[in-house]
Amino acid sequence: MMQKVQKSTWIYLLFSLVLVVIPFVKDERWFLFLLIQIFIFGIFAMSYDLLLGFTGIVSFGHAMFFGIGAYSVGITLERLEPTFFSFLLGIFFAAMAGGIVALIAGVLTLRLKSHYYAMLTLALASLFLVLAEKWRSLTMGNDGFTFKIPELPEGLQDHRNTVIYMFCLLSMILIFFGLRRLTQSPLGKILQAIRENEQRVESLGFRIMPYKVIISVISGVVASFAGVLYAISLRFVDTSVFAIDVTLDALLMTIIGGVGTLVGPIIGAGLIEFAHHYLSELSDVHWIFERWIILFGIVYILAVIFFPFGIVGTIQRSFAKRKQRKQEVTKSKKIAG
Amino acid sequence: MEPIIETKGLTIAFGGHVAVNQVSVQIPKNLFTSVIGPNGAGKTTFFNLLSGQLAPTEGTVFYKGKDITNKSPTERTRLGIGRSFQITNVFPNLTVLENVRLAIQSRENVRYQIFKHVKQYPAFEDEAMEILEKVLLESRAHALAVSLSHGEKRKLEIAMLLALDTEVLLLDEPTAGMSLEEVPAILEVIRNIKQQGNRTIVLIEHKMDMVLGLSDQVMVLYHGELLAQGKPEEIMENETVQSAYIGGNTDGKHTTETGTS
Repeated sequence: MMQKVQKSTWIYLLFSLVLVVIPFVKDERWFLFLLIQIFIFGIFAMSYDLLLGFTGIVSFGHAMFFGIGAYSVGITLERLEPTFFSFLLGIFFAAMAGGIVALIAGVLTLRLKSHYYAMLTLALASLFLVLAEKWRSLTMGNDGFTFKIPELPEGLQDHRNTVIYMFCLLSMILIFFGLRRLTQSPLGKILQAIRENEQRVESLGFRIMPYKVIISVISGVVASFAGVLYAISLRFVDTSVFAIDVTLDALLMTIIGGVGTLVGPIIGAGLIEFAHHYLSELSDVHWIFERWIILFGIVYILAVIFFPFGIVGTIQRSFAKRKQRKQEVTKSKKIAG
Repeated sequence: MEPIIETKGLTIAFGGHVAVNQVSVQIPKNLFTSVIGPNGAGKTTFFNLLSGQLAPTEGTVFYKGKDITNKSPTERTRLGIGRSFQITNVFPNLTVLENVRLAIQSRENVRYQIFKHVKQYPAFEDEAMEILEKVLLESRAHALAVSLSHGEKRKLEIAMLLALDTEVLLLDEPTAGMSLEEVPAILEVIRNIKQQGNRTIVLIEHKMDMVLGLSDQVMVLYHGELLAQGKPEEIMENETVQSAYIGGNTDGKHTTETGTS
C-alpha cells in the first residue's frame, strides 16, 4: 500500500518535471500564457473540489474568493510601491480576506442543509460583484485597472513570463501535494465520510460543523490564492473575476476531470483551457465556436449522464475494481489449495 | 444492580400516531437485554430515542444517572452509547476498511489531524482488519462499501459498532438480511462480547427464538407500549405476550423485516 502511494508521487513529480522543462523548449508567449492559466484554474478547481468532491458541499459563489484574491493583490500593488514586500502583503491580505469571508459564510449556513450554502455563496458573490462595480475609488468599477508587478533582478527581467510560469507551476505543485496530504489525513477521511452520510458521521461521535467550516476556510484561502496568481499573470483586474462564469468554469473542470480527486480538476482545467483556446480560433469557420460555452453546456450534460465520475474518477474506479478482483482470486485460491 | 440506562415515561408521537408510549425501563449494566416485538411495535423508534436520533415528546433518558435527553447523537456516542442501524447506514463510496477505520479514529479521538497520512496510524488499520476478520468480512476490506451485498453491509455495521468499542452497544436487528449460514458466526461475535462481561448490550430482534438463549432480560414492546419485561423464561410463559405477540402474529418466525418500526 505504502509503495503504491510512493509510485503515484513519482509519477506526479515526473509530470511536474516535464512542465518545468516546457518553457525552455517552447517559449511562445501565447502558449506559456495558456499553461499559466491552466495552473491557476487548476488550483482554483482543486479548491472547488475540496468542497464539492470531498465534502459534498455545493458552492455557487466560489468566484468571490477568486475575485477577493485578485483585487486584494491588485489594490495592494497599485496603492503601495510595487515591491516584493507589497506582493507578499497582497498575498497575505488575499488569504486573510478569503479565509474570513469563507468563515462567515460557513458559520452562517453550514449548520443547515447544503443548498443554503449554495444560495448564500451565490448571493455573497453577487454582492461582491456589485461592490467591485460601485466602489469606483478603489476598484475603478467595470473598467478595472492595471498595476505594476515587482521588478525582477537584472537578467531575469527579460524572462518575466518564464518566471511567472515557474511561480504558478510551483504553487500548483505545492498546493497539489499539500491538499493531497490533507485528503489522505484522518481529517480528510472524515470529510469524505461527511459527504457520504452525515448522520452516520454524527453517530460515530464526530461533530459535523467544525469540519465543514474548516474545509470551507481552507478552500476559500486556496481559491483566493488562485485569484492572486490570476491578477499577477494579467497585471490587470476587473469585475469579471467575480462573474458567475468563473464558478461555472471551476464546476465544469471539476466534473469533467473527476469529482473527488485532485488530479481531476487540474486535467479538467487543462482540457477546458485548451478547448477554449482552439475553439475560439475556429470562430471564423462557424459562429457557434465563438459561443463555445454552448458547446461546453452540451459536454457538461453528456458528462453528467454518461461519465459521472469524470476522467480520473473512471480510471481510479476501474483500477480499484481490478485490485479487488485480484484479491478475491488469491483468496479463493487459498481456500481451494 | 445499578441500571446504566434508564427511561422514565418515554413517549414520542409523530402527529397523532404515538410510536412509543410511556415506556419506563431500566437496562442493567453489563447484561444482555433483548427488545422484541412484532413489526411496527416501536422497537427502532425506542432505539432512536436512546441513541439521540429522535427527541422524545415526553419523558427522560438517563445514562449512568445523568439526564441525557437533550444530548445529540454525537455526544451520546462519546459518552459511550454506540449503535448499529437496522437500515444499512454505512459510507457507500469509501472502502470497507475505511468505514471501520473511521470508527476507530473517533474512539481514539483523532479528530483534527490534517498533516499526517492515515498510513501513519498503522495500529488503526491493523485493528480494523482484525475486526473485519471477526465479522467474516476481511476479504472485502478494500472493496467500496456500496458494492457489498445486503448481508455484508449488515456485517460492516456490526464491525463499525465493535470498532467504536462503547460501553453500551445498541444492536438493531444485527442479523436481518444475512444468509442463514452466516448468522451463527455473527451471533458468536455477539456472544463473545457478552462473555467479556464488561459491555452492556441491547439488541432488537424480530425473531424471538434466536436471542432467548443469549438474553439476561427481555423487553416486549407492543403498539409502542412496554408489554412485559423479565427473564426470558418468564416472558415465554407470560400469557399476555403469548397472545399479543406470538398468537397475534403466528408467522412471526418467518417474516422478514422490511421496514422500520
